[in-house]
Amino acid sequence: MFGTHYRIERKSIALAVAIMVVASIGGLIEIAPLFTIDDTVEHDPDMRVYTPLELAGRNIYIREGCYACHSQMVRTLQDEVERYGPYSLAVESKYDHPMLWGSKRTGPDLARLGDKYSDQWHTAHLKNPRDVVPESIMPRYAWLSENELRTTHLGDDLRALRAVGVPYSDEMIANASADAVAQASPEDDTAGLVKRYGEATHIRAFDGDKTVVSEMDALVAYLQILGKLSNAAHRPPAPNE
Amino acid sequence: MPEEGTLSVVSGLTVNERQRSLAILVVLAIVGLVMAAAGAARADPMQVHGFIVLLFSLGMLAVILNGYFAPEPSEARLESYYDDPSKAGIIIAMLWAVFGMFVGDWVAWLLAFPDLTFDAAWSSFGRLRPAHTTGIIFGFGGNALIATSFHVMQRTSRARMPDQFSPWFVLVGYNLFCLLAVSGYFVGITQSKEYAEPEWYADIWLVIVWVTYLVLYLRTLARRKEPHIYVANWYYLAFILVVAILHIVNNLAVPTSLASVKSYSLFSGVQDAMTQWWYGHNAVAFFLTAGFLGMMYYYLPKRAGRPIYSYRMSIIGFWGITFFYMWAGSHHLHYTALPQWVQTLGMTFSVMLLVPSWIAAANALLTLNGAWDKVRDDATLRFMMMAAVFYGLSTFEGSFMAIRSVNALSHYTDWTIGHVHAGAMGWVALITFGSIYAVVPWLWKRERMYSPALVEVHFWLALAGTLVYVFAMWNSGIIQGLMWRTYNDSGTLTYSFLDSMVAMHPYYVARAIGGLLFLTGALVGCWNLWMTIRQPASASAASGDTPLPHLQPAE
Repeated sequence: MFGTHYRIERKSIALAVAIMVVASIGGLIEIAPLFTIDDTVEHDPDMRVYTPLELAGRNIYIREGCYACHSQMVRTLQDEVERYGPYSLAVESKYDHPMLWGSKRTGPDLARLGDKYSDQWHTAHLKNPRDVVPESIMPRYAWLSENELRTTHLGDDLRALRAVGVPYSDEMIANASADAVAQASPEDDTAGLVKRYGEATHIRAFDGDKTVVSEMDALVAYLQILGKLSNAAHRPPAPNE
Repeated sequence: MPEEGTLSVVSGLTVNERQRSLAILVVLAIVGLVMAAAGAARADPMQVHGFIVLLFSLGMLAVILNGYFAPEPSEARLESYYDDPSKAGIIIAMLWAVFGMFVGDWVAWLLAFPDLTFDAAWSSFGRLRPAHTTGIIFGFGGNALIATSFHVMQRTSRARMPDQFSPWFVLVGYNLFCLLAVSGYFVGITQSKEYAEPEWYADIWLVIVWVTYLVLYLRTLARRKEPHIYVANWYYLAFILVVAILHIVNNLAVPTSLASVKSYSLFSGVQDAMTQWWYGHNAVAFFLTAGFLGMMYYYLPKRAGRPIYSYRMSIIGFWGITFFYMWAGSHHLHYTALPQWVQTLGMTFSVMLLVPSWIAAANALLTLNGAWDKVRDDATLRFMMMAAVFYGLSTFEGSFMAIRSVNALSHYTDWTIGHVHAGAMGWVALITFGSIYAVVPWLWKRERMYSPALVEVHFWLALAGTLVYVFAMWNSGIIQGLMWRTYNDSGTLTYSFLDSMVAMHPYYVARAIGGLLFLTGALVGCWNLWMTIRQPASASAASGDTPLPHLQPAE
């Protein structure tokens, strides 16, 4: 063994190839099957996609680095299920490019946040967390209310997501910008939005200001949908389990 | 670098190399202009990065043009090693260290006092935190690795680099990547993948730089006068090769438009999580471990004046680390929606990983047998010794935390942060400081560092800072984990999440103080480095530090 090595270490290319081969094995065996083994991700025919407004909110969540302090992954541990809700299933992040499972809980897990608090609570909390939770150490995000949401190019976002596997239709892509505005403007015509994204779509002025669609609207719309794209985690286990 | 410094660097390049630099920079400036224009037309943050690329290229162009008409260097340059890029890399690494540690300590204070910042988007915790991690890992760590690898590969090959253009392309190009990464976070450009935050165009640029780096390394090895490739080079080579694989696979994404910074990852959900932590853990393995083991395997025996303790341990350690590490990433995903079989594999290999890790650490410490008096007297060698100790400790801790039942407690808590910093401060930074204190007098042809006493001061500040930091995070992490799972007699959870957060406050203050000590040490190091460079060169230092004459190609 050491004799072989004594020879390999005299050849730089052989050494480089050996390193690549040896280092590739682990990843190939652990990652490739996740794409092929069918029960890696549960099936949910009723799975929703993010509306353009929710997607824009998700992108703000990413931009501000919220994932650095908040996980979105309830583990299969009793205390977590009792604290946050049903444990997370793979299907719930099926359309998450990239996933936001997180690695640290400086703040609580958010996987089951949707519909837990009111829009008013979220808006006040994001403006200054300490107004609502005096002990909080979360940063303030007051400027989100002042920034108008840029919706012009949301169709491009949907198109890119379709390219990586999210089932957005041509109609959804064509109407992405209008749908984003409509979702935060309850007095406008929202029939098309409901037709495309379903009856369960939240349509309201999330930040309480009906005149402008702000980044706050988008982020709150996203926070209110967390854990709500699929109902799979809430279903009782099948009898044979 | 001072004005005359850059001038002498440029006049050291051949006219051909100066022309190549100009050509590349002109192309880069045009790319920057196009990015700026396209971004502006779309009101996309791409315009900011377009301007940064443009200004960066114009600045470098000015440097080259300033020395363009200097006479061509003599053939005598081929009789010595080419060290200008190493010198520049070390200075840049120290600047990134100060930046990264400053931002790190700032965010540490923010966790104790959340309003200790400006009322502006760029300065909120979520944008500062990746600036800290990138500044340290890629800015400080990456530049130190590039600078030392250039130094080590030439000495262990007894050969000069094949040309003078490639190392500058690697070093300057790499720093453009770092600049794009960090400036991006401040304006909100990130793809959110931890330690792989930069967006698609920066990722593509890094691939170009990295391939050049690999080719340069292989070309230098091909010129070597030593039949065997020394163990330090195995590690540097693994670092370059595997980081390339990890970087390319994890960053596969579809941009929304060529004029937009935004892209969407090719993978989603569970596959994305596994790919990300395969990347994330092996960024630790091959960026923060393999590369720095390369550093350790050269500078520690050199400084101690002792040969490496065991050739066989070097081999077992190297291949064990290269093979086992790549399986370990899934231990970041215990009890999640990742299939159990992958979690189990990750845990198993993480535990086995302790064997090669401790072999590498033991090989370093046993090398010091017969030189322990030097460890006592020489703070530079003590930096490296302490680094090997922390390497052993944090790899043990890592294997321990990868056990599923331990991970149930430790995951999501500050314990992970403590573990990472035991590695980053105790191992990565200490071995880097030790290596820098060893190599700076050699590179600049000085007798020794300006002040050995200040090296001593730096050592104790760094060690104290690391210990305070790590103990604070052990305490907070374990308390946090226990509070989250404590039940009272009636069978309900005892503590709210908020209770656990409030309990963290004293530890967060302690951690920030530990970080401040560490940052102070780095500033002392910068001062010492600066004063050493300003000293006049001594004629006697580093004699015999020259490549063997290039008679015939190796092999």
